[in-house]
Amino acid sequence: MIWLDTIVQGLLLGGLYALFAAGLSLVFGIMRLVNLAHGDLIIVAAFTILTITEMSGLNPFLAALIAAPFMFAAGWALQRFVLNRVLGTDILPPLLVTFGLSVALQNGMLEVFSADSQRIRIGALESASISLGSVTVGTLPLLTFGSAVLVIFGLNQIFYKTALGRAFRATSDDVVMASLVGINPKSMFAIASGIAMVTVTIAALYLGMRSNFDPSIGPARLIYAFEAVIIGGVGSLWGTLVGGAIIGVAQTMGAQINPEWQILAGHLAFLAVLIVRPRGLFPRAVD
Amino acid sequence: MQISPHSRRYRMPLGSLALLGLFVIGLILPAFASRSVIQDLFFILTMLTLAQLWNLIAGFGGMVSVGQQAFVGIGAYAMFAGVILWGWDPVPAILLGGLAAFVLAIPMAFFAFRLQGAYFAIGTWVIAEVARLLLAQWKTLGGGTGTSLPREATADIVGVQSIADLFGLRDAAARDVLAFWLALALALGTIAAIHALLRSRTGLALAAVRDNDNAARSVGVDARRVKWAVFLTAATMTGIVGALIYVQTARISPDAAFSVTNWTAYVIFIVVIGGIGRLEGPIVGVMVFWGLQTAFADYGSWYLLALGLIAIVVMLFAPRGLWGVISHHSGLTLFPVQRRLLIEGHPHD
Repeated sequence: MIWLDTIVQGLLLGGLYALFAAGLSLVFGIMRLVNLAHGDLIIVAAFTILTITEMSGLNPFLAALIAAPFMFAAGWALQRFVLNRVLGTDILPPLLVTFGLSVALQNGMLEVFSADSQRIRIGALESASISLGSVTVGTLPLLTFGSAVLVIFGLNQIFYKTALGRAFRATSDDVVMASLVGINPKSMFAIASGIAMVTVTIAALYLGMRSNFDPSIGPARLIYAFEAVIIGGVGSLWGTLVGGAIIGVAQTMGAQINPEWQILAGHLAFLAVLIVRPRGLFPRAVD
Repeated sequence: MQISPHSRRYRMPLGSLALLGLFVIGLILPAFASRSVIQDLFFILTMLTLAQLWNLIAGFGGMVSVGQQAFVGIGAYAMFAGVILWGWDPVPAILLGGLAAFVLAIPMAFFAFRLQGAYFAIGTWVIAEVARLLLAQWKTLGGGTGTSLPREATADIVGVQSIADLFGLRDAAARDVLAFWLALALALGTIAAIHALLRSRTGLALAAVRDNDNAARSVGVDARRVKWAVFLTAATMTGIVGALIYVQTARISPDAAFSVTNWTAYVIFIVVIGGIGRLEGPIVGVMVFWGLQTAFADYGSWYLLALGLIAIVVMLFAPRGLWGVISHHSGLTLFPVQRRLLIEGHPHD
């Protein structure tokens, strides 16, 4: 029974990882760009939400709603004014620019917010739980998982059901052809990055409510997100959710055996998938 | 008309003379220089070597690894294991560091080469994390908190006594001199070896693979073999440098030895600021890096923030780095590795 409980907790934790990964998956699917500052941007968003709640006393969910447009603008501007300049056939410049950004963001946050651990307080919801037959689950983790499903569903709707999504897919498939039919790829990239930052804001909300955070933990979130994307298969958003769940379950099962093995077990699960299915479980994009 | 690809511009490149000169200066330097100068030079030389090795795989090989700290860390730990578990002298134990890094590089390459481009970068990082988490479990070597080299081991390193007598130094300072000489030999040896490699057939194959994997294959380059060879060599050397750094530091912990900031971020900034894909780049970069660090290290995280931003600005406005700018304006080349077509009857230089 303890194992069933462990697996359920792992699945719910996977929801959080899928939220970390959704933006990364979207951006990579469209422009083959890996933003090495993705994890640090999650922490930036968490601090933004925290600051809004502390200054205004607003509920964190409302604070996230206020933060989201600013994060969209930040993502749009970052892409428009910095990353678009270095995107090209050579993968080195964007990698190095985002790596520089990652280090700059971490240290900038350290100066502004100090190295102290912070948490977004949400009152009774923090400890609330729901009994599902033999397993008791926390309301907050359940809400996180539900949000992850909604975010992935929403992104899929945008991607496959809207004119914008059609333009995204066209750009993803062939930049040159897309521009021939009147799509401006650079503008598509900027909008996609903006949307990715909105998912980052949602991820940050749940990260901040679930556990302590400080300016240094971004890179580890990037790694979990990356593992979820690769396990799921590049370009598949539902695959990313499955990938997040696999990392989550591996981590809680590892922690069940020995608390020191939690993170290690997640990494090992990722490497195991990489051996069996080098292109992930549900690959869509062909590179 | 005869066309021959030609790469030699000087019979003896300027850089080789400079290397030789530096080696001689380095040998006699401890006679005048203070201990802190020797320590600074040790830091510069080890960072330079790490930067040259990263530049080899990323700049010349197109394999952007963010997992170099894995090799520094495992190299350092293997040296510690040799000293603490098997009673080796720390200096020969440095070779164990190279061996361990080589062994780790095999599974790392196996996994990471399955990942394309940008994902290769994070893949190497994951493996470095796995190595860090596993070594933190090794209780004999201090587990998560780390350990120090035993005093007996550092006290009778072969050669330290003679250095102490020769320059009239105390043991601790003499150890620094030995470490400095080893770092000097490693740095100059690495530069000379990479230069020789780039001028060889393998170097040409490496450049071809970096520029276009498929095209390189189509003209008969064994792309996999070239990448494996370069990756494993760079990993082994990085392990040796890591072990040497920790012979001098004499204290290890998993977080420090596998630090992504110290052994990969700094190294990447050095290469990017100096000029990626050029042998001269890391040399310029390490000098800028050391200068910035000496001037601004007291500002802590502001300094790192600035370093990150400088790297971004350089990538945006001078992607070939400072050396690229210098060389573009002056035409200066210390280590010529470019190849040019020489068409008989139309000599270009």
